[in-house]
Amino acid sequence: METFFIVAILTLGFLITFQIAKASEYVSVIRGEEKSRKQTNKVNAFMLLIFLIVGLIGVYYCNEQLKGKILGDPASDHGVLIDRMLYITIAITFIVFVLTQVALFWFSFKYQESDNRKPYYYPHNNRLEVIWTVIPAIALTVLVGFGIFYWFKITGPAPKGAMEVEVIGSQFKWEFRYPGKDGIFGKKYYKKTDGNNPLGQLWEDPANHDDIYIVGEPLHLVVNKPVHMIIGAKDVIHDVGLAHFRMKMDAVPGTPTRMWFTPTKTTKEMKKETGRSDFVYEISCDQMCGSGHWSMRGEIIVETQEEFDAWMAQQKPKYYAVFPDRDPSAPKTDTAANKTATAAVAGSN
Amino acid sequence: MHSGTGTHEAHGHHGHHHQSFISKYIFSQDHKMIGKQFLITGITWAIIGGLFSVLFRLQLGFPGQTFPILETFFGRWAEGGVIKPEFYYALVTMHGTVLVFFVLTAGLSGTFANLLIPLQIGARDMASPFMNMLSYWFFFLASVVMLSSLFIQTGPASGGWTVYPPLSALGQASEGSKLGMDLWIVAMALFVVSSLLGGLNYIATILNMRTKGMSMTRLPLTIWALFFTAILGVLSFPVLLSGLILLLFDRNLGTSFYLSDIVVNGEILPNEGGSAILFQHLFWFLGHPEVYIIILPAMGMVSEVLSVNSRKPIFGYMAMVGSLFAITILAFLVWAHHMFVTGLNPFLGSVFVLLTLLIAVPSAIKVFNWITTIWRGSIRFHPATLFGIGFVSLFISGGLTGIFLGNSTIDIHIHDTMFVVAHFHIVMGVAGMFGMFAGIYHWFPKMFGRYLNNTLGFIHFWVTMIGAYLIFWPMHYQGLAGMPRRYMDKSIWVSFNQFGDLDKMITIVTIIVFAVQLMFVFNYFYSMFKGRKVTTTNPWGANTLEWTTPVNPGHGNWEGEIPEVHRWAYDYGKDGREFIPQTEPIGANESKH
Repeated sequence: METFFIVAILTLGFLITFQIAKASEYVSVIRGEEKSRKQTNKVNAFMLLIFLIVGLIGVYYCNEQLKGKILGDPASDHGVLIDRMLYITIAITFIVFVLTQVALFWFSFKYQESDNRKPYYYPHNNRLEVIWTVIPAIALTVLVGFGIFYWFKITGPAPKGAMEVEVIGSQFKWEFRYPGKDGIFGKKYYKKTDGNNPLGQLWEDPANHDDIYIVGEPLHLVVNKPVHMIIGAKDVIHDVGLAHFRMKMDAVPGTPTRMWFTPTKTTKEMKKETGRSDFVYEISCDQMCGSGHWSMRGEIIVETQEEFDAWMAQQKPKYYAVFPDRDPSAPKTDTAANKTATAAVAGSN
Repeated sequence: MHSGTGTHEAHGHHGHHHQSFISKYIFSQDHKMIGKQFLITGITWAIIGGLFSVLFRLQLGFPGQTFPILETFFGRWAEGGVIKPEFYYALVTMHGTVLVFFVLTAGLSGTFANLLIPLQIGARDMASPFMNMLSYWFFFLASVVMLSSLFIQTGPASGGWTVYPPLSALGQASEGSKLGMDLWIVAMALFVVSSLLGGLNYIATILNMRTKGMSMTRLPLTIWALFFTAILGVLSFPVLLSGLILLLFDRNLGTSFYLSDIVVNGEILPNEGGSAILFQHLFWFLGHPEVYIIILPAMGMVSEVLSVNSRKPIFGYMAMVGSLFAITILAFLVWAHHMFVTGLNPFLGSVFVLLTLLIAVPSAIKVFNWITTIWRGSIRFHPATLFGIGFVSLFISGGLTGIFLGNSTIDIHIHDTMFVVAHFHIVMGVAGMFGMFAGIYHWFPKMFGRYLNNTLGFIHFWVTMIGAYLIFWPMHYQGLAGMPRRYMDKSIWVSFNQFGDLDKMITIVTIIVFAVQLMFVFNYFYSMFKGRKVTTTNPWGANTLEWTTPVNPGHGNWEGEIPEVHRWAYDYGKDGREFIPQTEPIGANESKH
């Protein structure tokens, strides 16, 4: 019923507008077309001026309303560079924006049709063309220069001693892997993937034996310690989006990608800074990946080295979950089962 | 062919013959009729595509709310009046596909290249009217296939209009990647054929069939723009086609062009050694020129409309042509700026930053020249003029945000966020539409011998202009907050759920703007049959050749001989005369420009 009313009202509004529009055509014929055309011309010229003024106020108002909602200061060293580049660009483009829009709408208003003025025949002026080729070129050189300088800093090789962590996307979750004490990721092959081996790790590679696998829980990072992410995907393209760190990299099946940055604020500090007790660093999937794309959410906790070490000490390598009897910390029970498991691994080679 | 006398004999009499309904309105070979066919098909698609955006904006503005009417219309796709994710993504995907290709490519260039090229260069028809007819009918076939994909069991393609594999290659990954995706590829293949047949024809016609005296440097800027557009399309659409054919192979024949190391829903696929990124290179090699395929015709028409209605020559004609040329070349060299965060080699990335930002230079030249064109003019604010001014304003706004995205450093943060959505809607979507509207309001009298209703035109412009800025300006802020695009519900996110009121406002404005577009469509069809009749051949006082034809030109355009051209198209306000048509010989005492 409600829908019916809405449709009825819309139709009615439509008809009324149309009748008015049609009537205005007749009126203009009666009053003299030229005269009424000149009058609407004035109205439209004036509206353009109003649009300019209200529009510029609107730009200011919109900024006042929304600037507080765009995540605040970046939480990584690269984020600082990216935000700086952003503000340089805003400064330059905003000047151009205001000058050109003002010129466009002001000229539209000022040079509306008038009986007192003849249009000025002005087909070209090469000097002007050169001026407005060179000035934008200079401005853009500045932007390209800064941009590429920061770009190479951000995409350059990760510093030595960076913490390495693997981030794997799949519909619609994030999985993580730390290389463990040896600092080396064990080899993997996607065809070995099964319910008990979600990343397809090759257990015969000893480097795999201490790798820590995390799923369904936040990724833990250490504050002020560079982190080097090795990024992959299992099914379709995903994207590791880290809005607070201002970082982003696609996760492509079959082609590992990488990025690095240094988190500079712990989760606790961010809670204080934002005044939100529910603050959490989020990983958003930024590449369309299927019907659950919008819900592909991961979390990151940034903490001090001590907190991180305490957390890491509690984590068990996936290897021991698959082969519980090889876990040195677990009580030995049945040596026969141990042998079967070894045989199974040998057989899979 | 130059004087056109040869064809005149054939066509002059031809016009008096009785034409059947089918040969006149359906399988017509008259470029003007084909232009109208493109336009009306384009308008139909625009209504459908626009409606899709209203539906997904409902979800974005009012997540969690139920709209029982949706279930009435869409059944299981909106059970209980709630838009399902599959439905949402199908809407988003089809909105993009329809608007980019079927409306702003076929609807825009298809319409105006067909209508204006022969009329403005002084030709009786296209180089090959038959090929031209085929071009429309391939587009029609593409439309039928694309439309039918909306009604199949598993729904239409839903992986985004960019159809990146592996998502688009694997039926297991998404419902929309099943039959719907095959139909999408077939429809696009037909579309590419249509666009090639059209494009080759436009190029051949412009190069070979200009009337006597119509040298290339006397062409109106619309023709230059349509010429470069056709070149872009002819060179880039085949690359898309090849990319899509490889995708079709990967989907149905077990090849591994784009697939490698994939475990989808627990199923281990045998494909190894493919590259998912390869598709993106092929796609964007068309995809980026595509945005210029949309915007160049709009630029050309806006140049024409602003000059005619300012009663002043276009400022810097040669610079305008040169910048169109520069944009055309650069359009092919910037595609990888869509791929800064795909793991692209950073050095390669930096090269694409440079080339991308270089495009801002010819774009800036065009903007300054448009502004100088209206400076000290005597501007008549027809709806066409207003849409032209609106176009320039939007092109400035959207062009400047392109400088953010083209700079890879900033792109890391705002890539694939709502900032991108805001940027390309302003600079390509709305600006492209504004160019199209300017063209329709300006050339409607030539198409149908009647005027559109002006009052409705003014309402159409003002609501759309204000609405476009209200919708897309604040969206940049969502992007700066890092909010990814294509998120149907932000309520589970701590970082992105602060824009609820904004999303609501945007949705309401979207509905209003859409309603006004329907009003425009009504105005269009009403005026086609009942509009005020055009009584003079040259209602706008314009210089170009199309206004030397009869009010309702028959097939062949000119009743007598094709007029000869003696000057460029922009002698407005020269030597105290309001306008001097291109057909008028240069006077003995005329000043030089």
